[in-house]
Amino acid sequence: MRPDRTPLTLLLIGAAILAVGPFAPQWTLFLLTVALAKGLVVLGLMMLLRCGLVSFGQALYYCLGAYAAGMLGRLYEVSGVFTLMLAGMATSAFVAFVLGFLLARYRSIFFGLLSLAISMILYGLLVKTEALGSSDGFNVLPSTLFGWRPADEWVRYSVLAVAAGVAVIAALAVHRYLGTPLGRLAPAIKDNEIRVEYMGASARQAVHVKYVIAAALAGLGGALAATTVGHIDPEMAYWTTSGEFIFITILAGTGSVIAPFLGALIFGIIQTVAFDISPNTWQMVLGASLLAVIVFLPRGLWSLFRRRKAA
Amino acid sequence: MDQLVAVLIDGIIYSAWLFVAAVGLTLIYGVMKIVNVTHGSFYALGAYAAASITGWALAQGMPPSLSYPVLLGSALLVTLVVAPLIERGILRFMYVKDEVVILLITYALFLILEDAIKLVWGVNPYFIAEPYGLLGSFDVMDLTYPYYNLILVGVAIVCGVGLFWMLGHTRAGKLLVAVIHDTEVSRAMGINVERMYLFTFTFGSLLAAIGGAFTAPTVSVVPGLGIEVIVLSFAVVVIGGLGSLPGAALGAVMVGLVRSATIHYLPQVELFVIYLVMAMVLAFRPRGLFSIAEARKI
Amino acid sequence: MAAILDAAGLNKNFGAVTAANDINAAIERDSVVGLIGTNGAGKTTFINMITGYLKPDRGRIHYEGRDITRLAPRDITRLGICRSFQIPQLYASLTAYENMMIGIGVVLRNAGRGGFFSRGEPLVPGYEQPAAAVADGLLQRFGLAEYRDKNAQVLPGGVRKLLDIALTMVARPKILLLDEPTSGVSAEEKFAIMEMIMKAVRAEGITVLFVEHDMEVVSRFAERVLAFYDGRIIADGSPEQALNDPEVKRYVVGGELHRLDEEKARPRA
Repeated sequence: MRPDRTPLTLLLIGAAILAVGPFAPQWTLFLLTVALAKGLVVLGLMMLLRCGLVSFGQALYYCLGAYAAGMLGRLYEVSGVFTLMLAGMATSAFVAFVLGFLLARYRSIFFGLLSLAISMILYGLLVKTEALGSSDGFNVLPSTLFGWRPADEWVRYSVLAVAAGVAVIAALAVHRYLGTPLGRLAPAIKDNEIRVEYMGASARQAVHVKYVIAAALAGLGGALAATTVGHIDPEMAYWTTSGEFIFITILAGTGSVIAPFLGALIFGIIQTVAFDISPNTWQMVLGASLLAVIVFLPRGLWSLFRRRKAA
Repeated sequence: MDQLVAVLIDGIIYSAWLFVAAVGLTLIYGVMKIVNVTHGSFYALGAYAAASITGWALAQGMPPSLSYPVLLGSALLVTLVVAPLIERGILRFMYVKDEVVILLITYALFLILEDAIKLVWGVNPYFIAEPYGLLGSFDVMDLTYPYYNLILVGVAIVCGVGLFWMLGHTRAGKLLVAVIHDTEVSRAMGINVERMYLFTFTFGSLLAAIGGAFTAPTVSVVPGLGIEVIVLSFAVVVIGGLGSLPGAALGAVMVGLVRSATIHYLPQVELFVIYLVMAMVLAFRPRGLFSIAEARKI
Repeated sequence: MAAILDAAGLNKNFGAVTAANDINAAIERDSVVGLIGTNGAGKTTFINMITGYLKPDRGRIHYEGRDITRLAPRDITRLGICRSFQIPQLYASLTAYENMMIGIGVVLRNAGRGGFFSRGEPLVPGYEQPAAAVADGLLQRFGLAEYRDKNAQVLPGGVRKLLDIALTMVARPKILLLDEPTSGVSAEEKFAIMEMIMKAVRAEGITVLFVEHDMEVVSRFAERVLAFYDGRIIADGSPEQALNDPEVKRYVVGGELHRLDEEKARPRA
């Protein structure tokens, strides 16, 4: 058997980010942190995609996580970054646990459409909630690390360091999960649910578990994004946000837990560079890349790495 | 009492708009099994084409009363250029793929079209108020309504009745119904399914463009116009049952009335309520209200 | 001998069609039972009711004294009743080996082994070997070793059938229901395939019920035959008894011939 290099690679990438961060320009730190936050959401979507499920409403949990973190600060002046992330994760996971009883019964296009509808419900609610700034949202308090607030020029780096640590831990945990019997069931659910049942496993339960984990990751990503950007608004729950996450998932592929973060980074770079060069055609570049990936690399960018390894 | 009348009138007008915007989506799904995100793009394309062409024609001294056929003609023109290009150029190579993958492909095309629109028409808003202002308004119990809204209702009725008539009474329509019921058998029986797909995609997109064209005089035409239309149309056709024409009509009326009622009585929940209805319908009847068996879609 | 499985008074209707009409059958431990009957006679409905895919309208099914009538397929599988399918149900995009590993994974999970926090390589219950060894051992036993790394969707029909049956074996069932294990296999190969299956299965002392249309195969391998006609069991006994029963001759064996005649006649019309 090929030795599992993923954990070591993850730790090395994490260490590299920490080492290079202090010397990198501020805007790259921001870009990287946002990519890590989105990568967490995509990590969850990747787990669902391995079962053949595409959620067009994952922005629901991203937004819930962000609002949970933002409201803790706004209402109770909580600013500890780990508390905020935990709150975002727990809120999303809880909502997903409840909704999962319904959604785990759906497949294919109907899973996508129902998750879309539910995310739009949250959007509709937030847009009309004046106490939370309606469609403008509100600013999130700067967060602290166990009560300590870094000096201004170190804020970006500190948030990145936390994000990198959290992302590495999450990726390691998901990697480990994908190796367990329940985690390995994903392609089986995609291929043939009848056989899954007749082997003595519950496809619905397996989907439910994955759905909750994916939501927890999205909530974590949302809380992280809220802290990084310093502002949240209902747009985080809108269908275009979900579309963006799916975009990254397809771009990255399901081959490895590293892929979502790589995909999110590439997405961020395309977005930034294309937007810089030509603000009116960056979506066109994104659309064309998505089309190209679907047609030429149906297993995503990660399959490029895989092929080289096999050769 | 006054308010109830207002709710009804607003609801009917909004339903008419929703029906025109959404019915093409259900037609395309019924025939091609594609959940077509570019539907919103065609709505926007129709609006832009109508606003710019009508605006130009009016500036050239065209009598304002001619602007209604020009609105329609603009929608037709832009759809006939873009829809066959997309179907023949890209989509037809993708039909072997999974339903969800095709959805993603149309999402990619939607992103491309969003910017294509900006490249052609720029980012500044377009206004054509003439067709709207020309007709004046009427009063119902102290409430003022522009006559133009009646045109919207008329367009919806013409589209709906026309579609039903076409499917039931024309050769093309009957062939379409056959394809809707079973693509493979239709192919085996010698129906040119490829041509049906081209026709359906163009026709379905045309309906969206007509929706956009006739809405253009009532709004400012700006980038991003189609984005909200996509989810709203999804809601309408999902409530009625993907692929069902009567379903789309029912979905449009339900969403239209519910939204107008909440705007009048409980404006805080206006948006949220539409998607709540969509989620409830999916929860209890995953295939929508108007779909009984798999094989019968329209 | 004690009955391991006891079906009593099973009824199932699909609208106006009666698929099972007062089915009574007690299956003895460690026996091999052949199910015969024309298409639509109720054999697969019987299997589907035992394995929980269909719930009978009336009647009870007991397994080792326990009522399993209302249990879900996965719970029945966990209790030790496994089945193969007329059309093999495989994970088409995975290799034969990966198919086996998925099945073994489920067995591990149901036994509480190999979870998120467990350390080291878990042993498969019943086999007490690591997963990879069990998978390769079973592939070997069913003559599938050469197909180990081929995707299930490209395997030939007969091989798919065998893989479908090998998959049921990972859970070490006590009862195995085989739905037409030799359909789609050429007449010459039927005996060899059945021989291999029976050898692999009977070594473990598994009670076997199998659906079969070839009467020679039935009389060779079955110890007991249940003949189905029109949702009823019309004969129950040793192969000689059952196959010589006048009703069976008329409706099942003859019916088969009659059906063939009809099919031959059709193209001329």
